[in-house]
Amino acid sequence: MADGKVKEVKMGRGRAMGPRPKLENPMGTLKRMISYSFGAYKIQIILVFVGIIVSVLCQARGTLFTKELIDKYIVPLTQSENPDFTDLKGEIFTMAIVYAVGIAFIYLYNKLMIYISQGTLKKLRVDLFRHMERLPIKYFDTHSHGDIMSVYTNDVDTLRQLIGQSIPQLFSSVITIVVVFACMLITSVPLTVVTLIMTTVTLFVSKKVAGKSGGFFISQQKSLGAVNGYIEEMMEGQKVVKVFCHEEKSLERFYELNEELYQNAKKANQFVNILGPINAQIGNLSYVVCAVVGGILAIYEVPFFQMLSLGSLASFLTFNKSFNMPINQVSQQFNSVIMALAGAERVFKLMDEKPETDEGYVTLVNAKYENGTLTETKERTGIWAWKHYHKADDTTTYVELKGDVVFDDVDFGYTEEKMVLHNIDLFATPGQKIAFVGSTGAGKTTITNLINRFYDIQDGKIRYDGININKIKKDDLRRSLGIVLQETNLFTGTVRDNIKYGKLDATEEEVIAAAKLANAHGFISRLPQGYDTMLTANGASLSQGQRQLLAIARAAIADPPVLILDEATSSIDTRTEKLVQAGMDRLMKGRTTFVIAHRLSTIQNSDCIIVLEKGKIIERGNHEELLEAKGKYYSLYTGNQIGM
Amino acid sequence: MKMIKSLGQYIREYKWVSIITPIFMMLEVVFETLIPKMMSSIVDYGINVPGGDMQHIYKMGAIMLALALGSLLTGIGGGVFAAKASTGFAKNVRKAMFEKIQTYSFSNIDKFSTAGLITRLTTDVTNVQNAYQMILRMCIRAPLSMIFAMVMAFLVSPEIATVYLIAVFFLAIVLAIIIRFAMKYFSNAFKKYDDLNATVQENVSAIRVVKAYVREEHEMSRMEKASDSIYQTLVKAENMVILNSPFMQITVYTCILLISWLGANMIVSETLTTGELMQLLTYCMNILMSLMMISMIFVMLSMSIASGERIVQVLDEEPDIKNPEQPCYEVKDGSITFENVEFSYQSGASEPVLKDIDLQIRSGETIGILGGTGSAKTSLVNLISRLYDVTEGRVLVGGRDVRDYDLEVLRNEVAVVLQKNTLFSGTVLENLRWGNENATEEECREACRLACADEFVSAMPEGYHTYIEQGGNNVSGGQKQRLCIARALLKKPKVLILDDSTSAVDTATDAKIRKAFREDLPGITKIIIAQRISSIESADRIIVMEEGRIDGFGTHEQLLATNEIYRDVYEAQTGRDADFDEVGGEA
Repeated sequence: MADGKVKEVKMGRGRAMGPRPKLENPMGTLKRMISYSFGAYKIQIILVFVGIIVSVLCQARGTLFTKELIDKYIVPLTQSENPDFTDLKGEIFTMAIVYAVGIAFIYLYNKLMIYISQGTLKKLRVDLFRHMERLPIKYFDTHSHGDIMSVYTNDVDTLRQLIGQSIPQLFSSVITIVVVFACMLITSVPLTVVTLIMTTVTLFVSKKVAGKSGGFFISQQKSLGAVNGYIEEMMEGQKVVKVFCHEEKSLERFYELNEELYQNAKKANQFVNILGPINAQIGNLSYVVCAVVGGILAIYEVPFFQMLSLGSLASFLTFNKSFNMPINQVSQQFNSVIMALAGAERVFKLMDEKPETDEGYVTLVNAKYENGTLTETKERTGIWAWKHYHKADDTTTYVELKGDVVFDDVDFGYTEEKMVLHNIDLFATPGQKIAFVGSTGAGKTTITNLINRFYDIQDGKIRYDGININKIKKDDLRRSLGIVLQETNLFTGTVRDNIKYGKLDATEEEVIAAAKLANAHGFISRLPQGYDTMLTANGASLSQGQRQLLAIARAAIADPPVLILDEATSSIDTRTEKLVQAGMDRLMKGRTTFVIAHRLSTIQNSDCIIVLEKGKIIERGNHEELLEAKGKYYSLYTGNQIGM
Repeated sequence: MKMIKSLGQYIREYKWVSIITPIFMMLEVVFETLIPKMMSSIVDYGINVPGGDMQHIYKMGAIMLALALGSLLTGIGGGVFAAKASTGFAKNVRKAMFEKIQTYSFSNIDKFSTAGLITRLTTDVTNVQNAYQMILRMCIRAPLSMIFAMVMAFLVSPEIATVYLIAVFFLAIVLAIIIRFAMKYFSNAFKKYDDLNATVQENVSAIRVVKAYVREEHEMSRMEKASDSIYQTLVKAENMVILNSPFMQITVYTCILLISWLGANMIVSETLTTGELMQLLTYCMNILMSLMMISMIFVMLSMSIASGERIVQVLDEEPDIKNPEQPCYEVKDGSITFENVEFSYQSGASEPVLKDIDLQIRSGETIGILGGTGSAKTSLVNLISRLYDVTEGRVLVGGRDVRDYDLEVLRNEVAVVLQKNTLFSGTVLENLRWGNENATEEECREACRLACADEFVSAMPEGYHTYIEQGGNNVSGGQKQRLCIARALLKKPKVLILDDSTSAVDTATDAKIRKAFREDLPGITKIIIAQRISSIESADRIIVMEEGRIDGFGTHEQLLATNEIYRDVYEAQTGRDADFDEVGGEA
């Protein structure tokens, strides 16, 4: 339980499976999404639009060709004595060029769209990640990791649909509708009116059906969430189910949930499936009505209207189809747009989280002593100094980095309402070892979270080499602190990469020296590829103890003056544990160390033991002094709770 | 194929809707394909005759309306039935899988892993449901629509239909090639995508390390590189995919122009009518659209094949522990005997996990087990309640081979508190009653008192009615362990096995629990696996395990005198390197 206390703050649900939330501000999100996606690609977007317009025009021209073919060529040719096909040949050749231009433009804008959408997604992922890396630890402690991950996996994916498909298709649909509408008007006004009426009917009906389906979709999502949640829970606990012979019981509830899901999924799917034929067949009805009305118009002269030629009718019928198609497409895209916007909302929510702030201005610099005074230098000297600029009198002072830490009446709570630490006073002079003991929830981990400013204190002061840590640049503060956590996190990469994580420009000698100090060299040498062995999935191929040895080596190579250690509980086997202990002991040598201690030897060797209870320091002193006092420490040590 | 047959049997009561759906889809296609023919008739015999024939136009119009309506109704019918069939099918598959998994033994579960089973039950079932719906609707509709349109085209004009046939052939080949290449790029990209997500995941869970070492920039540049490589691959894949549309369009337009030319010539030579030309142009679109649809279906179906196979694996898995034919329903006492036991997790594994195990444990004894990681302590106790079966030799409980007992009886009499234990969402009481459905609240309290859980449960806002979240996330590790012990105690077993079940409980409480066991449960055989010597030193006898063998078996004093490993551990834990016993003590 590395983050013991902190985990209680965590509220997130493992996986977001409930119904999609109502959109808070769909138009705002859409606008932001568009400007985010297309802002960097203004020229390309204009070209895409041009491409869409040209290709739609080409298509429309193609449809009008049917009219010309019949009216200008076929009808006259059938009536002529000796038909001459040369004109038709020319026309077909022209059309081939028109089509070719249309095809070329479609291809070009599709291609541009790939670079725009994939480029945007890449930017989105990178921006998300960059932003996430800058978020305070609090964010990670208060949000479930599953929810954070789902932003990257699910939400970014729905955006791919939106950017890559929905938006261009919506645009092309709108252009098509406008152009086709214009062509229809040119060809025949009365038929256009007929088409419009039928389209209105389609929209009305599909809106009705879609509106009804919404409720079913929510129920479907709900039952799906319930079934998946139940499955997850039962599979996680399947071995317990077996041990308690609970198979029948767990099936009972499953049957209920499964049946409920079936009913809801059936209804939701039925609505979706109905929508397709309704749209398609009302389109067909529209076609039929146009055909009949068109037929009448082609035979009889209707007042105010030009007589409809056969070619016009043929063209119009095609227009009728190409008018209805984009309208259907728009209504189909609508759902995925809503989904994507919900995803976009979550993406932006993460991006809008406030990053860690840093008002620190005291920096860590390489230093050397010149005539007894500390001065800044470029080269690595092994001596570090805090460069402190004083605004009041415009002077800069240098303080050598030693690792002197003082807590002065510190109060802290993860939330304003509930304080976790009260009136903490403690000091560690350079090289001292301070051990924290106390039951979980006493505030041990919390104190260590304050030194490196993972969390900021509410009241009091923490001084580092005499400087208030709020004045120190966070990065420099953290660079001066080493940390070995109880739960070891390794990264995908070689063993060497993982050790070098502590010092990116470390030489091979430094890596091996650090590994040796941590007692890790032995097992690394026995790995098949030695230091080049690839580690994946948090070093799954290594034992827990070996992972800890690597974490120690990683801290050793960074060589910080101050260390924060969270000792592991003893679930590893005795032999590796001995190695870990020895490694830790060597690492602690000569450094100011704050250790959340579990091992007796660590505690006994400490210069000062701080006993915490309910966020307060109740005892302090070294081992002998505390045993003498016969207080809490004594009872913890002897395992004897009497007198508490 | 085997997979389809295997999954096919779960259609069951949805067989009829599954047959009706394609029939409806077929009718829909027929109706739709006939509409252009009627149109052509209007043109040729209604409009294109001197003076026009209104009668004919009305008649044909009426037929077309009827066709469109028929198409609408059959389309809706098909949709409704398809939804019922596919969701019902999914329900049956899910049910069959869940039932099957309930029969799984531990080793079956190990084989698939928990996460694996969850994905199969959720994502994979959804994929198969969608695929089934697509098969019922689109797989029938698209090819049929193409065939009908082709037939109609042939009826109108074989010459022009031949043009279509060539076009379809050409396009089919091109599409197949494009899909093949694109799939390759995509699967490559998806692999990289998984890696990228793994990196993000790593950063989320290791954020403290990243920040502590100030490696934000380093991680960002790593991530950017990975993103870039995905970008490159996906761009390649999509560039391949968009080749679809120009090929498709070139074919369509070439057809249209060819038909226009050929058609015009044929009309002039009076072998074709204007209406028929219009009809042919419509079919041209239908055919090529269907082809496009088929290629899409192909891609989507091929993705769900993997899901189907994963589901079948779960369904085909044979549980390797079954109830005996004539089970024994009574466990006489809590004595346990291991005779020449050898055990490995996979048959045929080179090195068995347990070898040459011979043990005699008397009813009511308290036995401690000690040993390093991988010394097979857990494997040893798992054999007692038959969570796994021995490979060689036999294990006896109450004087009978465990394989003779009814499984439920055996597992109720031999209660195991697993190392990796789980609480379920529900109240504390509901969780406790897993041990005994009919336990009264007082009995539950009593069990909790023994397990030292009563105090903290009572202190919770709603006491025994406090709601435990999924996985027991709202109680601490130590509290969870104590509730799990109480749950097992409610079974009132003859044998109680604690597999490192108090590791997160502080020593003082641990001692209290042991004391309660000793005083209040004298008749129960207790087997305690522990890392801490203090947890087992007071046991009647202690087993020392080392690399799958019993290295020593005796009392604390005997082992101290004779067993080197035991002495080592004892010294390590009580000497200078000892645990300061607040170890994870989540009191």
